[in-house]
Amino acid sequence: MTHSPIERVAFATPPAIASRARGLSDRALAWIFVTPTIALLLAINIFPLVWTIRLSLTNYRANRAGAELEWVGIRNYTRILTDGDIWLSMQATAHFLIWTIVLQVAIGFALAWLINRKFKGNDLWTTIIVLPMMLSPAVVGNFWTFLYQPQIGLFNYVVSFFTGIDPSSFSMIGDVSLAPWSIVIVDTWMWTPFVMLICLAGLRSIPDYIYEAAAIDRASPWRQFWTITVPMVLPFLMLAVLFRGIENFKMFDMVTLLTGGGPGSTTELTSINLKREAFEKWRTGYSSAYAIILFVTVFGLASIYVKALNKVKQR
Amino acid sequence: MKRAHLAAVAAISITAALSANSAQAEDLTLCWASWDPANALVELSKDFEAQSGHKMSFEFVPWPNFADRMLNELNSGGQLCDLMIGDSQWIGGAAENGWYVKLNDFFDANGIKMDDFIDATVTGYAEWPKNTPNYWALPAFGDVVGWTYRKDWFERPEIQTAFKEKYGRDLAVPKTFAELKDIAEFFQKREVDGKTVYGASIYTERGSEGITMGAMDVLYSFGFKYENPDKPYDMEGYVNGPGAVAGLEYYKALYDCCVAPGTSNTYMSEGIDAFKSGQVALQMNFAFTWPGFETDMDVGRGKTGYFANPAGPDGDQFAQLGGQGISVVAASTKQDAALEYIKWFAQPDVQAKWWSMGGFSCLKAVTLAPDFPQSQPYAQTFLDSMAIVKDFWAEPSYATLLQDTQKRFHDYVVAGQGTAQEALDGLVADWTETFEDEGKL
Repeated sequence: MTHSPIERVAFATPPAIASRARGLSDRALAWIFVTPTIALLLAINIFPLVWTIRLSLTNYRANRAGAELEWVGIRNYTRILTDGDIWLSMQATAHFLIWTIVLQVAIGFALAWLINRKFKGNDLWTTIIVLPMMLSPAVVGNFWTFLYQPQIGLFNYVVSFFTGIDPSSFSMIGDVSLAPWSIVIVDTWMWTPFVMLICLAGLRSIPDYIYEAAAIDRASPWRQFWTITVPMVLPFLMLAVLFRGIENFKMFDMVTLLTGGGPGSTTELTSINLKREAFEKWRTGYSSAYAIILFVTVFGLASIYVKALNKVKQR
Repeated sequence: MKRAHLAAVAAISITAALSANSAQAEDLTLCWASWDPANALVELSKDFEAQSGHKMSFEFVPWPNFADRMLNELNSGGQLCDLMIGDSQWIGGAAENGWYVKLNDFFDANGIKMDDFIDATVTGYAEWPKNTPNYWALPAFGDVVGWTYRKDWFERPEIQTAFKEKYGRDLAVPKTFAELKDIAEFFQKREVDGKTVYGASIYTERGSEGITMGAMDVLYSFGFKYENPDKPYDMEGYVNGPGAVAGLEYYKALYDCCVAPGTSNTYMSEGIDAFKSGQVALQMNFAFTWPGFETDMDVGRGKTGYFANPAGPDGDQFAQLGGQGISVVAASTKQDAALEYIKWFAQPDVQAKWWSMGGFSCLKAVTLAPDFPQSQPYAQTFLDSMAIVKDFWAEPSYATLLQDTQKRFHDYVVAGQGTAQEALDGLVADWTETFEDEGKL
């Protein structure tokens, strides 16, 4: 007679343990299994959050750990919200966030739509297109610094080739008006393939029979695109926007290596600004308040967005 | 009697065991920035290993991350480093936060006198509070911002003629900052050996300390002062006085007219590259870079000249101090062996060898020796520069003060936002806020 794996485990369990386990309710067993996870979450998520809130109400500096701690109430919050430099940093982040998402969604969807068509070399092109997102952001930041170099950089020469402008007459990462676009270009180059893959998954999830039914009803390709393709891919697109939005809100590595936040503070995104406050100026209390403000912003925006996403999925 | 004998034997045994323990070979780790002098120190330290039996390990971090990495290490009480060659600006924080061991007693016990070292390096690298006999480091590596120029280009008759035609004077090492700008403008986009060259390489780096070191190097000679000499932390009119404003305007004008394209974020290594590749005629850089030019195939063998910071409009002449002192880390469990290293390093013959290997000794016995100025083509410039140094704040809050300066200077000089007056007024406001937070105002 053969036994199932569960039965074999049951037989192998020593009688003492088995009897103790039999005495536990389902609820107790559930708690036993869930408790380590909850403990871990409390330790690495909730406790640091509560501690950060506490620090944000003080003048604590991590490099002066022995100094007397002074409660400053909401002074750190009011200083941040009335600091013009912080708002400039927020603006730089908004510019980066909006333009990268717009470009990545537009180009990513277009590429997915093209790749979804059956043609020779389809897989090869997919592989080539997704290569940039497999690179380390540090590597990308470094080599785009060279590509943008006015005297030897390929980017300037390409622009010069098409426009006739002297390649050494402009500096993508040194010019105040061009630098914000330089980081948008690099992020778009790197992460458009990610949006493309999500869109491709969406496109491939649409059953052919829907298009066949539309064709029988004499719907034009344009009509099919707007009434079938776009609505059915929309949840996927929104998911891509959510992922890219969260990622780019906390963008640090690539931009640090590419521009260092400069020229001046033109590309100093909030995460770079926060890092400077926390780990270069060592204003721990102040930067804790800053982090809490950013957390509430991202959490609030993401919650609203997820609700909208759920509504779209339910349609 | 027998009991007394036994006690004596036991005491001798314990003493012997303890002394054996103290003389035990240790594995010491020395932390410093990752640069050429560090490689020279590795070589030099082999003598210490041979003499002492201790083993030396090294932890070198590239300059842009050096302060972040090492200040974190010190602040967290980490035991990675037994010896630290830390930047001069760290000394206030290191002393007040108890990161370094105070060395006064050790110096007294071992006959090490601070009078034997270049005065500016003692004040800059070892003392806290400044100008008091409280020593936290031994001056280890003297450094200062100075200038290199393409001596071979300056000596060419056709270039000399063209310069004289344009400016009505001979092309020579600049004595004032105004002359320096003329020279930089003259070379900007000039064809030399069929190649377009540029005027100057100056510091513009945003992330760590670059643009502050560069701009301050100029501002001092234009009249910038950190504070009222009679009233500490009173900065109004000193940091943002007319001279300081003129100095910052000059630095921006130099950046706008005379640097190579794409140099909006450059510091020491980029300056070295620009000079070695024949891209620029003049280069601002710390003295530690100079030995490397002498041995370079393209700019060595007499092609490079050196000069100290020129004078400002009123004849004032100052330069930005660099360099570091060597300290014993308070969290180290091998302090005795670390102190042994410092005692060895302070010896005149070791310091002489240090200089010969490319390390910039701060010991007067080395730098004031009669043959010192002739020992290297840059030796006299080093001496001249070290005589006119000033340094950035060394307060415990130096990092905050530095980052505020980086932002204000980069916003104005590189990004062209606002005026010099606004930048310096903003800096006074930032620094005032920091000192108020620190309870110093």
